[in-house]
Amino acid sequence: VNAGAAVPVSWYLLLAVALFAIGTVGALTRRNGISIFLSIEVMLNAANLALVAYSRQLDQRTGQILVFFVLAVAAAEAAVGLALFIAVFRQRRTIDVNRLNLMRH
Amino acid sequence: MEMAVFAVFGLLALASSLAVVAHKSPIYSTLNLVLTLFSVAVLFVLLGAPFIATLQLLIYAGAILVLFLFVIMLLNVGRDEGVPAGHRAQLAAALVGALVFAGMLWLLLRPALGTGPPPPPLGERLVSLSGLAQELFDEYLLPFEIVGLLLLVAVIGATVIARRPTPEELAAAAGAVPAAPAAPATAATPATPEVAAAAAAAGAATWPGEAAPSWAAWAPEAAGAAGGARPAAFRGGSAAKRGDGGGGGEAGATGAAGTGAPPPGATEPEERR
Repeated sequence: VNAGAAVPVSWYLLLAVALFAIGTVGALTRRNGISIFLSIEVMLNAANLALVAYSRQLDQRTGQILVFFVLAVAAAEAAVGLALFIAVFRQRRTIDVNRLNLMRH
Repeated sequence: MEMAVFAVFGLLALASSLAVVAHKSPIYSTLNLVLTLFSVAVLFVLLGAPFIATLQLLIYAGAILVLFLFVIMLLNVGRDEGVPAGHRAQLAAALVGALVFAGMLWLLLRPALGTGPPPPPLGERLVSLSGLAQELFDEYLLPFEIVGLLLLVAVIGATVIARRPTPEELAAAAGAVPAAPAAPATAATPATPEVAAAAAAAGAATWPGEAAPSWAAWAPEAAGAAGGARPAAFRGGSAAKRGDGGGGGEAGATGAAGTGAPPPGATEPEERR
């Protein structure tokens, strides 16, 4: 690898870690259910980036195939999760997770 | 060249993901997430995964985020105030926790990269679509089929969870109880308030919690959208759950009609009309 041209794979991993941390902060601090969901999508994407980076490092396609499955599962998760939010919103008129505290009492 | 592209889109991904997390409005968060996904897709191309990058743009940015936007608009989600004023400690704790977590993650991931030689230059093996398809449909055929099944289940589950009960179901829920005491009610007319109360109880029992006011809010829209007999039945069902006297009679009538045995001398609807 001639320096200056190629990017070390570890930099991609570092970026993935940073994205994952940002998503974690969002999922922990937001109150709106949909914002939490979006933060979780950021975390999923960071994991995908790490998988593709490993795939590049090891020169194997398995990581890419895993990302393919992760995408499919994320699609299913988004569909069911958003349907749940719609159902919750119909019942409670809010998706503020701080007010969905039925199990606290 | 590669370094420049990585720097630009890596920083773009970081900045837009920060905006996703920090922006108060979910709509802007979603649009920033589109930018994040696009940047990460460019990084996928750099890493020799053009097919995954295409999938990311098509599925994530094209389909999932449009779904998010639709739901945000459907629910009319307001601005999120973020951390409430009294809970600054929560934000600080989340930041510290995320930093510690990221450090641990880095310590975990870095050695896994190994100290071996740097990766070989991108070749046909990693980039070619036919090779990926060969492996996907050969070695990973069963997971592929299971993913298809998973998507089917997700579609059915999402439809069942998010759908609104049909007017017939509402009428049945409201009419299940009044249908039984309908015969005594014909004999003894003063029992009418009890019937209405029973209808209200049936509604409350079937759709628990705060469902009744929410349905009252949704009902006019449905009544305007649907035509024919549906609005009448729907109105009856929702009104019965509110315990409304006028609607209760109507619900009793529709419920009895639904069971196929309308009490001939059902005096209650006669009174209301």
